[in-house]
Amino acid sequence: MLDQKEVISEVKVIVFRLKDEEYGVEVHQVKSIEKLEHITRVPRTPSFVKGVINLRGVVTPIIDLRNRFSLEESVYSETTRIIIVAVGELEVGLIVDAANDVIDIPVDAIEPPPEVVGGVEAAYLRGVAKLDKRLLILLNLDKVLSTEEIKQLDAIEG
Amino acid sequence: MDMNQYLDMFIEESKEHLQAINANLLLLESDPGNIGHVKEIFRSAHTLKGMSATMGYEDMASLTHEAENVLDLIRNQKLTITSDIMDAIFQSVDLIEGMVIDITEGGDGSADVTAIVKKLRAIVAGDFSAEQEVAAATMAVEAPQEESTPAEDHELDDYAMMVLKQSQELGNNVLWIKVTLNENCLLKAARSYMVFDQLESMGEVIKTKPAVEDIENERFEQSFEIAYVTEQSIEKVRTTILNISEIQDVTIETIQMKSEAPPAPVVQQTPAPAEKGAADAPQAPVKKATAGGKTIRVDIERLDILMNLFSELVIDRGRLEQLAREIGKNELQETVEHMSRISGDLQNIILTMRMVPVEQVFNRFPRMIRDLQKDLNKKVNLEIIGAETELDRTVIDEIGDPLNHLLRNSLDHGIESPADRKKAGKPEEGKIELRAFHSGNHVFIEVKDDGAGINKDKVLKKALERGIVNPAIADSMSDKQIHELLFAAGFSTAEVVSDISGRGVGLDVVKSKIESLGGSVGVDSVRGQGTTFLIQLPLTLSIISAMLVQVKDEKYAVPLSSIIETAVFKKDQIMMAHRQKVIDFRGRVVPLVSLQDIFQVPDNGETTEDEVAVVIVRKGEKMAGLVVDSFIGQQEIVLKSLGKYLVNVFAISGATILGDGQVALIIDCNSLIK
Repeated sequence: MLDQKEVISEVKVIVFRLKDEEYGVEVHQVKSIEKLEHITRVPRTPSFVKGVINLRGVVTPIIDLRNRFSLEESVYSETTRIIIVAVGELEVGLIVDAANDVIDIPVDAIEPPPEVVGGVEAAYLRGVAKLDKRLLILLNLDKVLSTEEIKQLDAIEG
Repeated sequence: MDMNQYLDMFIEESKEHLQAINANLLLLESDPGNIGHVKEIFRSAHTLKGMSATMGYEDMASLTHEAENVLDLIRNQKLTITSDIMDAIFQSVDLIEGMVIDITEGGDGSADVTAIVKKLRAIVAGDFSAEQEVAAATMAVEAPQEESTPAEDHELDDYAMMVLKQSQELGNNVLWIKVTLNENCLLKAARSYMVFDQLESMGEVIKTKPAVEDIENERFEQSFEIAYVTEQSIEKVRTTILNISEIQDVTIETIQMKSEAPPAPVVQQTPAPAEKGAADAPQAPVKKATAGGKTIRVDIERLDILMNLFSELVIDRGRLEQLAREIGKNELQETVEHMSRISGDLQNIILTMRMVPVEQVFNRFPRMIRDLQKDLNKKVNLEIIGAETELDRTVIDEIGDPLNHLLRNSLDHGIESPADRKKAGKPEEGKIELRAFHSGNHVFIEVKDDGAGINKDKVLKKALERGIVNPAIADSMSDKQIHELLFAAGFSTAEVVSDISGRGVGLDVVKSKIESLGGSVGVDSVRGQGTTFLIQLPLTLSIISAMLVQVKDEKYAVPLSSIIETAVFKKDQIMMAHRQKVIDFRGRVVPLVSLQDIFQVPDNGETTEDEVAVVIVRKGEKMAGLVVDSFIGQQEIVLKSLGKYLVNVFAISGATILGDGQVALIIDCNSLIK
C-alpha cells in the first residue's frame, strides 16, 4: 500500500484568490501572470468581458472572473492580477484578486465539486482539493472559456 | 530524413524554376536560334530534376530527366527546334506544374508520364538520327568537343586502347560511362554488380575505375566509371542502366580514338555538376547576378514575429520619449530622438521586407496567353508594363486568379478574330496591356485591350432579362453604370458568354475577390476601341491607413478606405427625418450614427460643444456620418485580430496597437450602414 502511494502523481497548480476563496488552475494552462494594465473596452460584449490588452504585441481578451462567476465585483487593487491562460487555440486573460502561490496537489486529494460552492456553478469546477487547512477549488477552464455564452448573447442581440 | 521541413522550399523553388522555364521557352519560341535561352531552360530543368529526385518525387524526376535530354541536344546544337519539340516541352512543363500543384495540395506528386516520356524519347532517338548528319558535320567543324574525351584522359593502358580501337573500327560504340548511385544506396557493391551484369549482356567492359576488385568490395564513393564497347546505341545503354533502381545519374561519353574514325554521335547524359558548371561558367554567374540579385528566403511568419517585436519597441520608444520630456535632460532627449529616427527607418525596412515585385504573378501570363490564342485562333500581343511594382506578399498570393480571369476575358470576349479586326480596320494582331503602377498608398493594375469594347445594349438587355436591373431605371443609367453591371452577381452564365459580344465570365467572382483584399475594380470601355479594367489594391494587408478618432475617453480607428471625408457641423445643421438624425452633405441626406450611443461609451462628464465632428463613410453608394468627439489624426496602423475568443463583435473588424501601447479597435463601417 505504501509503495502505491508513492507513485501517485501530483498536479502542479497556480493558486489565486477570488473574493475570500482560493482557486487553482493547472500550471501547464498558464502562460504568464501580468499586472493590471490599460484595458480597452470592447463594446457590445458580455459584461464579464472587460476588453482587450496588448500582451507583447498580441491583442488578448480579458475576462473578469468575479463577474464570470456572478460574484460581486470589486475595485481593482495593487494585488489584482491577470492570469493569461491558454486552452486549445484560445488565449485569454483572467482577472483575479491575487495570485501568489504554486503548489503540488496529490491527485487523491481532489474530490468532485460539491453541488454549490459559494455561488460558483459546479460546471465551472473540476473539483475541490483538501490540503491540511486549505480548501482549493480547481477550475475547469474549458467550461470557463466556453464561447457558447458569447454566441448566445450574440443571437439575442442580433 | 524528414523531408517535410524542405517541402515548402521545394515548392517555392519549383514554382520559380517552372516560371523561369516558361518565360525562357516563350523567348525561345520567338527567337529559336538563341541557344542562351536553351541553356537557361536546361539549367532550371536540371535543378528541378535534382530537387525532385532528392524529395522522392519519382515521376517528376523521370519526366524532367527526359526533357533535359531533349534540351541537352538542342543546347549542343544537335537538334533543331521545331514547333513539335516546343509543344512537347511545353506539355512536359505543364505536367510538372500539375505535379507541383498536387504536391502543394498534399498529394504525392505522381502522374502518368508515360505518354510524354515516350514522346521525348522519340525526339531524342528518332529525330536525333535524322539530324545526325548535320550534327556530325557541325561537330567535325567545331574544334573542341567537350562531350567526347580523348582516350588518354581515361588512363587506359595500351591493351585496352588496342581493344577499343579495334572495336571502334568494327563499327562498335566505344563508351566511357560514369554511373552515380543514389546517396542513400545501401548495397553499393550489389548495385554495381547489377550494372555490370546488364552491361555485359550487351557488350564488353574493358576497364573500370576504380578497379573491379575495389568496386566489389565497395571501395568507391558514389560513382564508378567504365570503359565499354557495345553494338547497342548509347540510348539503349543509358536506359538499361537507368532501369536499375537506386541509380542517380549516368553520364555516357564516346571515347575519341586517335584513329581518323568519324566521331560517333554523342548523347551526353546529365553531366556531373562540376562539368556542367565549368561549361556554363562564362555566361552563367554574370547573368544571374543581374537578374536575381542577392536575396535570402525568409518565412513570412518570422517577419510577422519581427513585426510584433518591433511594435513592442515602438511602444517603449513612446514611453522613453515621454520620460525624456519629463526629465528634461538635453543629452537624454537627444539620444531618445536619435533612437526614434533610427527605429522609424527600421520600421520602414521591416514593412518593405514583405514587399515583392508583382512580376512573380505577371510572369505566368505570357504562357497562358500563348496557349489561349492558339485555342481561340486569335492573334494577340501581351505587353507587360511595370512588373517591378511591389506589393505585399499576401496580396501577391491572392491576385493571380482575378488577373488570370480578366486576361482571359479580354482575349476571349474583347479581342476580335483576325478577320473581324481587319474588317474594322485594325491590325490583325490585337494588343492586351497589363500594367502595374504605384499611386499614393495603392497599387493599380490595369488590363487594357484594343478589342471590340462592351456592347452596352446587349449587357443591359441581359441584365433586364435576369432581373438584375429594375426596368424603371434602365433608361436613366449611364454607360458607366451599365458597364459595372458586368460585375453583378448572377449576370453571367456560360450561355450568356456565347451570345454577348461584350463580356461577362463570372466577373462577380473577380470583384468579390478583389474587395476581400481591400481593393476595388472598375471597368471603362469605348465601343469598337477596347476595354480597360482597373484594379486598385492596398499596398499591404497588414498595414492600413486609418483615421484615429476620439469618443469620450476611447479611441477608435476608421479605415481610410471607407472614409469619404471628415467634416464639422454646427448642431443646428442637424435635422430629424423619421426620428433619425440626418445632415445635408453636398445635397445628399446622410444619416448620422453616434458612436457613443452605438458603442455604449461611458460618459466622462465633459460637455460637448455646439459643433459635432463627423466622419463621412461609405459602403458602396450608401453613406453615413459617424459622430465622434474629435479627430486625432491619420496614421498607418498594423492590423491585429481580436483573437478566437471574441468572434463577431458588432461593428469591430479588428484592433491595432497605438504608440502608447494601448489597443484601439478598428471600426467596420460596412456593418454600420444598412
